[in-house]
Amino acid sequence: MELNAKIPEGPLEQKWDRHRFDMRLVNPANKRKYQIIIVGTGLAGASAAASLGELGYNIKAFCYQDSARRAHSIAAQGGINAAKNYQNDGDTIFRLFYDTVKGGDYRAREANVYRLAQVSVDIIDQCVAQGVPFAREYGGLLGNRSFGGAQVSRTFYARGQTGQQLLLGAYSALAAQVAAGKVKVYPRTEMLDLIVVDGRARGIVTRDMVTGKLESHLADAVLLCTGGYGNVFYLSTNAKGCNVTATWRAHKRGAVFANPCFTQIHPTCIPVSGDYQSKLTLMSESLRNDGRIWVPKKPGDARHPNDIPESERDYYLERRYPSFGNLVPRDVASRAAKKACDEGYGVGESRYGVYLDFGASIQRLGEASIRERYGNLFHMYDKITGENPYRQPMRIYPAVHYTMGGLWVDYNLMSNLDGLFVLGEANFSDHGANRLGASALMQGLADGYFVIPYTIGDFLAKHPPSPVAADHPSVKDAERGVRERSEKLLAIDGKRTVDSFHRELGILVWDNCGMARNEAGLKDALKRIPELRDEFWKNVRVAGAAESLNQSLEKAGRVADFLEFGELMCRDALTRTESCGGHFREESQTEEGEAKRDDENFCFVSAWEFQGVGKEPALHKEPLEFEYVSLTQRSYK
Amino acid sequence: MKIKLNVWRQPSSEASGRFEPHTVENVSQHMSFLEMLDVLNEQLVLEGKDPVAFDHDCREGICGSCGFTINGIAHGPEAGTTVCQLHMRKFKDGDELWLEPWRAAAFPVLRDLIVDRTGFDSIVEAGGYISVRTGSAPDANSIPISKESSDSAFDAAACIGCGACVAACPNASAMLFTSAKASHLGLLPQGQPERWRRTQSMVEVMEEIGFGHCTNHRECEAVCPKEISVDFIARLNRDYIQASLGRGSK
Ligand SMILES: Cc1cc2nc3c(=O)[nH]c(=O)nc-3n(C[C@H](O)[C@H](O)[C@H](O)COP(=O)(O)OP(=O)(O)OC[C@H]3O[C@@H](n4cnc5c(N)ncnc54)[C@H](O)[C@@H]3O)c2cc1C
Ligand code: SF4
Ligand code: FES
Repeated sequence: MELNAKIPEGPLEQKWDRHRFDMRLVNPANKRKYQIIIVGTGLAGASAAASLGELGYNIKAFCYQDSARRAHSIAAQGGINAAKNYQNDGDTIFRLFYDTVKGGDYRAREANVYRLAQVSVDIIDQCVAQGVPFAREYGGLLGNRSFGGAQVSRTFYARGQTGQQLLLGAYSALAAQVAAGKVKVYPRTEMLDLIVVDGRARGIVTRDMVTGKLESHLADAVLLCTGGYGNVFYLSTNAKGCNVTATWRAHKRGAVFANPCFTQIHPTCIPVSGDYQSKLTLMSESLRNDGRIWVPKKPGDARHPNDIPESERDYYLERRYPSFGNLVPRDVASRAAKKACDEGYGVGESRYGVYLDFGASIQRLGEASIRERYGNLFHMYDKITGENPYRQPMRIYPAVHYTMGGLWVDYNLMSNLDGLFVLGEANFSDHGANRLGASALMQGLADGYFVIPYTIGDFLAKHPPSPVAADHPSVKDAERGVRERSEKLLAIDGKRTVDSFHRELGILVWDNCGMARNEAGLKDALKRIPELRDEFWKNVRVAGAAESLNQSLEKAGRVADFLEFGELMCRDALTRTESCGGHFREESQTEEGEAKRDDENFCFVSAWEFQGVGKEPALHKEPLEFEYVSLTQRSYK
Repeated sequence: MKIKLNVWRQPSSEASGRFEPHTVENVSQHMSFLEMLDVLNEQLVLEGKDPVAFDHDCREGICGSCGFTINGIAHGPEAGTTVCQLHMRKFKDGDELWLEPWRAAAFPVLRDLIVDRTGFDSIVEAGGYISVRTGSAPDANSIPISKESSDSAFDAAACIGCGACVAACPNASAMLFTSAKASHLGLLPQGQPERWRRTQSMVEVMEEIGFGHCTNHRECEAVCPKEISVDFIARLNRDYIQASLGRGSK
């Protein structure tokens, strides 16, 4: 298989403009003859549905929640980047591009990232016009903050609820198109398979989550905007329903999956408190602007943190990285916390936690300023842990947060399957091996508002409207597969719950394919995941019936897919013997214990082609070329 | 600790429902309320019974999926908190709790604690937006907006659409929800051109789909997990009167 990224010719800063001119347009009168399916109503899906509806296409939009407004994007806290340079602090499109490529540890495509930086400025304009209440200064202009170690203030934010406000903006644009009759939303409807006819994506099979009814929807193009797969780890900061099903089903139908082992572990989350734990809660990265991270110098020190004197505390990030200190990128901060805990310095009941201390900032700035900056986060922490962070340091530990890997797409956001486009966190395109803070919201909206409206037009112009028969064998085959799978899950009637399998898989991948990976661990996981999957199919118990609202069945289907996907993730991690970004192979580190890239051998995207469950997938490589930035070892010393 | 639960069980909209008693042992005070229900559900599945259906997703108090009443109070006893953010340390060993779905004609029960809230989407579709085509926006800093206006718009925009306000209202009115959306947009300069039309149409649709009238009980404000103020209802009423008097129409 030849993977052609279709990167336009010409100098970097002109590629997108030239491409927009070169792409074909669909005649306005013809747009209403096309049907487009959009799965997912997060930032990527809602913005795409609204924009394509405005253009005149007929849209069907699907989500598993009861309303489009509840997609997981709603939970994003910290902010969204854009190269507006409103602070006059030296930001430019090129700098945002450069920071993103470098932050991604040189494993993303230059052309895609440059386009992202270019359209970032339009996103902010669009959102403000929709009424998104971004933070403002007293003069009435937009405020910014610096985020995740960036040296310029380019992050726009809406208190600690940026994702909520951006999604409500996109959702309202979507609602306007529903009112205009161009978009029909199908809430509580889950996509369970992709319909491919003659190598082209032509529809989806869905299950109505209230009645259990299966249905096929056919279209001229299908957009997957279904978010990331972080829940393969069971515990993550993702919403409980986040899943890999849509992209995994597409993968099984031929779409290649890129860089599945590139997952991001966020350094500042509330530690696990017990076996019943159902998810983890993020404490925004912005806290690191004013909090200092430390552990006791004495391993196993059980004293109350306030009783540990200054001289007996190890501010390990400030010690190891004097120039970035507490603001080193996520992957670096997470690994340092793991190291401290593995060596016995961890705090809290489980000993898997480190302190994030606001004592010094409260002294310096006063409690009122800290409350103004982080009040809602402190409140949330207090609610969850019952501890008051104004009086004692927070306890934090890294948790799975975001997945850089996803379905492979070309410059036009189309997968290797004709007519299948993938947007937002579900694709692999822009963040390389590590995503910078506040860049996922930017990418989701860039894809949906500003990229897909152009690129889909080019595809559709070349593929005139042509309906597929509802009884086409490919449609019937996909429907049958979905029905048989549900029946099979319900019939097993074994002795273990779905969650018990999910938890076991989560621990397995967290231990072997989490913050640090090595050959022996990955090989072990590759042996144990198939065993667990076999046991699942023999011994799981799924309650209820197919034709009703059945949350056990929904979960079982998702976990069954994670049990296949987890294997691919570990395989990808095993073959990439270098360390880069969030992928830390213990065998590949510098003398100081930092991640060591191997550009000679691994400067490529790994794109995996499905060959059958339990069969080794085929690896295709898309080489990455860097013309505008030079590859250097990241250093935050 | 040990918690006694009486959970509303109803297999579907058409079926009738009843309370079913259950006991959850070994509840840790660090658990969230929903984690306690997870434990119950694991138990039920292993006993060959149907688990309790309840809506939830983010479990961080922001998506607005979760919600049921605990001893008659929407989202339970802690103020300003969704049920997913409620923790068991707020309860004592031996407590007996009654869990019920939102009760409102416009929110039919789908199963157990799950109701159909699509009426809220219809209200937003009636005008809860600013019409701005993608790509047609002026530079974001071209309209300065005072921090005060922007902050109060935000206070209204914080609504998560959970429906607790409707469940708590003796008239099952959706005025707090509707006024929050209308005020968020109506307090901003960008929202002015469509202000009167929006107000009228949202209120009309709200009534059409069967939500009740507001008669100032203020129960909505008391249970709202985002502490949305009833002042927004007063604001909506004023705008509605003005709109009915023909303001803004040509
Ligand atoms: C706690 C938290 C905080 C974050 N904070 C930030 C931040 O400050 N800045 C930043 O830039 N990024 C942040 N991120 C990352 C960012 O929020 C996400 O990457 C981004 O919102 C993903 O958007 P999306 O549109 O791709 O997908 P999502 O918002 O995840 O939407 C997925 C959609 O797909 C639907 N779906 C999924 N599967 C199916 C299926 N099988 N059938 C039907 N529908 C389906 C869902 O219903 C949903 O509508 C944060 C993430 C988390 C977890
Ligand atoms: S106003 Fe409050 S109670 Fe009502 S839907 Fe919004 S957040 Fe929920
Ligand atoms: S589950 Fe999202 S608000 Fe409770």
